[in-house]
Amino acid sequence: MSTRVYIPADTLAVALGADDIATAITREAETRRTNITIIRNGSRGMCWAEPLIEVQTDAGRMAYGRIKAADVPGLFDAGFLHGGDHEKALGLVDDLPWLKNQQRQIFRTCGLYAPTDLAAYEAHDGLEALRKARAMTPEAILKEVEASGLRGRGGAGFPAAIKWRTVAGAKPAQKTIVCNADEGDSGTFADRLIMEGDPFRLIEAMAIAGLAVGAQEGIIYVRSEYPRAIRILQQAIDTAEQSGFLDGTFKLRVFVGGGSYVCGEETALLESLEGKRGVVRAKPPVPALQGLHGQPTLIHNVITLCAVPDIITKGGAWHAALGAGKSTGTMTFQLAGDVRRGGLVEVPFGLTLRALLDDFGGGTRSGKAIKAVQIGGPLGAYLPPALFDTPLTYDAMARIGAGIGHGGIVVFNETADMREQARYAFAFCAHESCGKCTPCRIGAVRGAELLAEPEPDLALVEDLCAVMTEASACAMGTMTPIPVRSAMMHFPDEFAAPRQQAAQ
Amino acid sequence: MERWSDSKAEELIHAAHESGAPLTGALRALADAFGYIDEAAYPALMQAYARSRAEVLGVVSWYEDFRTRPPGRHVLRLCQAEACQAVGARELTAYACSATGLRLGDTSADGALTLEGVYCLGLCANGPAGELDGRPLAELDAAALDAKLAEAEE
Repeated sequence: MSTRVYIPADTLAVALGADDIATAITREAETRRTNITIIRNGSRGMCWAEPLIEVQTDAGRMAYGRIKAADVPGLFDAGFLHGGDHEKALGLVDDLPWLKNQQRQIFRTCGLYAPTDLAAYEAHDGLEALRKARAMTPEAILKEVEASGLRGRGGAGFPAAIKWRTVAGAKPAQKTIVCNADEGDSGTFADRLIMEGDPFRLIEAMAIAGLAVGAQEGIIYVRSEYPRAIRILQQAIDTAEQSGFLDGTFKLRVFVGGGSYVCGEETALLESLEGKRGVVRAKPPVPALQGLHGQPTLIHNVITLCAVPDIITKGGAWHAALGAGKSTGTMTFQLAGDVRRGGLVEVPFGLTLRALLDDFGGGTRSGKAIKAVQIGGPLGAYLPPALFDTPLTYDAMARIGAGIGHGGIVVFNETADMREQARYAFAFCAHESCGKCTPCRIGAVRGAELLAEPEPDLALVEDLCAVMTEASACAMGTMTPIPVRSAMMHFPDEFAAPRQQAAQ
Repeated sequence: MERWSDSKAEELIHAAHESGAPLTGALRALADAFGYIDEAAYPALMQAYARSRAEVLGVVSWYEDFRTRPPGRHVLRLCQAEACQAVGARELTAYACSATGLRLGDTSADGALTLEGVYCLGLCANGPAGELDGRPLAELDAAALDAKLAEAEE
């Protein structure tokens, strides 16, 4: 009987030596004449424990964390193939509090099997939703999505059903489902994890969306910084086509981005898909009516789409019952930066920031005190510990001038320089601005210059923020002032003191 | 990565256009094959996509991925974004610059190394992150960076 050993082939695990570990385990097993089967699975999103090796035992899957290739002989000596104790043994995966205390829906099967193993996906209820949807009318699918209260997970939190209704109601045309996998926000990696770990969920979801709105084509726009996700998605699409689960009625393909942050903005993304510069378009018309090549287009983030299969199998009402108020379902938070236990935390909306940082994050990796977190990517607010008791819902965050965005939470320790972080927010905007509107194109440059001065004119910075917020064409310009203003508001001392030297 | 070849470039442009890929798709094929887009390819791109030289240049210059000069034999990219900043990416970048004598975006005179910044590789819980010749790197520090660069040079 061959023992199954799981070694993630996820980008992070590989960056931390997973391929070398796989080689070492294979060699050691050969030397010891032990029969094993290595499965290169996706990641559980438990980034702090990567490379996380799992062994199938009678009791369940036993986890060994932070493994190095040099640990391999010792693991064999400790009898890890039978779940033997070792200083790096974490226990049974299903019993690990970090995972057990989450409420994983979208990520419930991510990391369980090899990402392109369709049989394994099906064995875990995969494709059930698509089969069900194929027997439903488009109207019935739309009703479930409506009842679910699902809101876009890409950043804007827009009600998904409104988009679906609009595209479905548009005149018959060449409709397209576009998946926005241009996950550019620093501190976010949920899209990457699921594309690398459970790609069939996304493919299934897009096929369901196609049925609901009457689209025969889907495109996944993946950023070029995610080469492994691109490769795995491509393999998964090929497998889905060969198996017949993607039949000829829905064609899916991957499009690779060009390293431009603003292309994550949906209209810029469409321009990029059309082969042009990623300059944002004016809205209206909304993409749901005039999107790709002027045709009705349903654009959603990866995680939004991945929430759909369960909404079909379990019903929209089930989804609506999860979460808090108008923030329904689960949210895939990502703990990043200086955090001890970073990774993917999927919980219903409503948990406080503090609970997330303490119970899951476990403080900082450096051991230093937390000074601030930035929530929601480069366009998200910097929040001080005094605000950590705010519940993580769209509404509660909006009340303190913040947003959840794509769910990225970056932890900064006490050594962080908040004025430099504010300057960087402008500088990043200057670097990535598409240049279409003046407030963003010029404002970001002037903002970065101002905050690099020894004694910046803060009234002028505030004035600039007001103009950018009110007059920019898209979120890049309107939201860049959020990290700037929040840093100025919550850490005023750091802006008041003159500095000798301008930041680089 | 192979050396630039006009005929190979024309083949790639033709193949991309035939497959229905937009201009950005053809540029992607060139960048993947050669590491950059030589100006010599512009006439073929203009012809295939019925765009002016300015339009082609406009698209090429828009995207970070489309270099206009050949990169070094090795390409080191270091994440510059917030999650990595929070764990020392600024200091690591400064170290890399001083150790190699390069600024971000530069290629060494002997063509051995290109040093670039990148905005997020999705390894945000395990920064500072980077990428050397397409291989992902995480939890970097100066010593790890030196070791990786030495390994690549061998």
